[in-house]
Amino acid sequence: MSTENVIEAKNLTKKFGDFTAVNKITFNVKQGEIFGFLGANGAGKTTAIKMLIGISSPTSGDANVAGFDIYKNAEYIKKNIGYMSQKFALYDDLTVKENITFYGGIYGLSRKRIKEKRCQLVEELGLQEVTNELVSSLPLGWKQKLAFSVTLLHDPKIIFLDEPTGGVDPITRRQFWEMIYKTANKGTTVFVTTHYMDEAEYCDRVSIMVNGKIEALNTPKELKEQYKVDSMNDVFLKLARG
Amino acid sequence: MKRFIGFVKKEFYHIFRDRRSLFILFGMPIAQIMLFGFAITNEINNVDIAVLDHSKDATTQEIINKISASKYFSIQQFIERETDIESVFKKGKVKAVLNFEKEFSKKLIKENTATIQIITDATDPNTANTISNFVNSILRNYQQELNKDIKITYQIVPQTRMIYNPELKSVFMFVPGVMTIILMLVSAMMTSISITREKEMGTMEILLVSPLKPFQVIIGKVVPYIFLSVINAIVIIVLSVFVLKMPVQGSLILLGLESVLFIINALSLGILISTISKTQQTAMMISLMGLMLPVIILSGFIFPISSMPLPLQVISNIIPAKWFIIILKGIMLKGVGISFIWKETLILVAMTLFFMGLSVKKYKIRLE
Repeated sequence: MSTENVIEAKNLTKKFGDFTAVNKITFNVKQGEIFGFLGANGAGKTTAIKMLIGISSPTSGDANVAGFDIYKNAEYIKKNIGYMSQKFALYDDLTVKENITFYGGIYGLSRKRIKEKRCQLVEELGLQEVTNELVSSLPLGWKQKLAFSVTLLHDPKIIFLDEPTGGVDPITRRQFWEMIYKTANKGTTVFVTTHYMDEAEYCDRVSIMVNGKIEALNTPKELKEQYKVDSMNDVFLKLARG
Repeated sequence: MKRFIGFVKKEFYHIFRDRRSLFILFGMPIAQIMLFGFAITNEINNVDIAVLDHSKDATTQEIINKISASKYFSIQQFIERETDIESVFKKGKVKAVLNFEKEFSKKLIKENTATIQIITDATDPNTANTISNFVNSILRNYQQELNKDIKITYQIVPQTRMIYNPELKSVFMFVPGVMTIILMLVSAMMTSISITREKEMGTMEILLVSPLKPFQVIIGKVVPYIFLSVINAIVIIVLSVFVLKMPVQGSLILLGLESVLFIINALSLGILISTISKTQQTAMMISLMGLMLPVIILSGFIFPISSMPLPLQVISNIIPAKWFIIILKGIMLKGVGISFIWKETLILVAMTLFFMGLSVKKYKIRLE
């Protein structure tokens, strides 16, 4: 793992009227790292992600993503990141093949490159049988894997996963994390939010957000030692209860 | 540009794979034109009437012959007593009864005046009105024939000529209205639904995170509908000209350009609706209630604007459809050129720019 920071956030703040959704968060993410972004519902995770990926502008503070300033160079950031939301966001009325072609297309990949990527992806995921089937006919676990692979089509430096494992069974979740590991091993940085505390254990480092602030940030091992508990679940409960 | 084409292609997949939207797109215009063209009509044809002739003389016979010879009326029965009048109406067999007074000819010659009573069934006021007008005009004709040998020194003869739609075909009134409704519905409702669908499915977020710019996303969503709406407009015009025999007196090119302007106007309304609604259902409700009803009621399509109360007349000015119907009638029926409808055109252009500006602003706020 290199020591180069690919995300640097400093005092990043987002206010909606009187309500402060994200309150001066400061953190760095290193290249190739799996960075867990934890917090209860409404703690401000999604708002923070939205500022980093450029679809929400911060009220104050600074941030650099993939080496670009989020205010000045949002367009460059977009080319270098991938984003997968909890809805998996594939088009149900398009086939697997058409979805891949479409998403490759909007990132400006050449037709040849899309075809290469598609063949490779279909083979890795074992989707040969269903390439011409509508996505609506696929089971949830397959959709999730497909959505993840589509996020990687344009070889982004960083991928942002917003609760990527919501609603899938434990076996599929396990397989999904194997895909995340594989991706991180190739040098792609993974920024992931999750509800599942067992998943937090898989991350290189985790931050825990409570009421818009980052209350803890460290490796899972050191966090457990610091709070003198056995699992991330207990760390989280301790922090969230205050 | 290549990205953009890919986007538009995807949009067409959505449309062609959704049977329901395909049906709305192409089935509805045809169905509506046919319905309004053939089923719904203000004209009267072969209306059944009854005659109560108390005098049964040469004059009444002549008048009755004239009336039954016209294509508007067919005499269904002769009745003998005043009391029968109500019963034939109640049976619903006739729409009108002509009641000639006793000694009609004699009175006409001796006293220079005789009376026919025209009794109409006003449960349907429009038809009743039309019937009485038609009978009156037949009677007037007859009277002129009687008097043609007599020279009256001073005489005012009103000559009514209906221009632009001389046969008073209601189809000519409906076609511009139906075309307006369909273009409004297809353009505004379908775009607002398809944009909100992306929001609902979460794909809008992904698109906004991609290098595509927000305006590219919106234009990409709108282009297919411009294309389809233009096809729709062509289908409607072809159907009206060849099936309903509606003339297009003015320039076809101008008609086409004005239609495209109105389509863009409706699309920008659709975008505006999509920026304020979160779900497809909301978008549909707003389109139906907020667009369809005003278009039908306040645009002058069915109810003449000049006979509305003043506040409604004022409100009707903000309905784009009102202006488009004026333009359509101008080009199709009167055959006027741009110099007669530039004001209406300008109003539509201004409205379009306003809706677009507003959507851009709303869209930005939503992204914050």
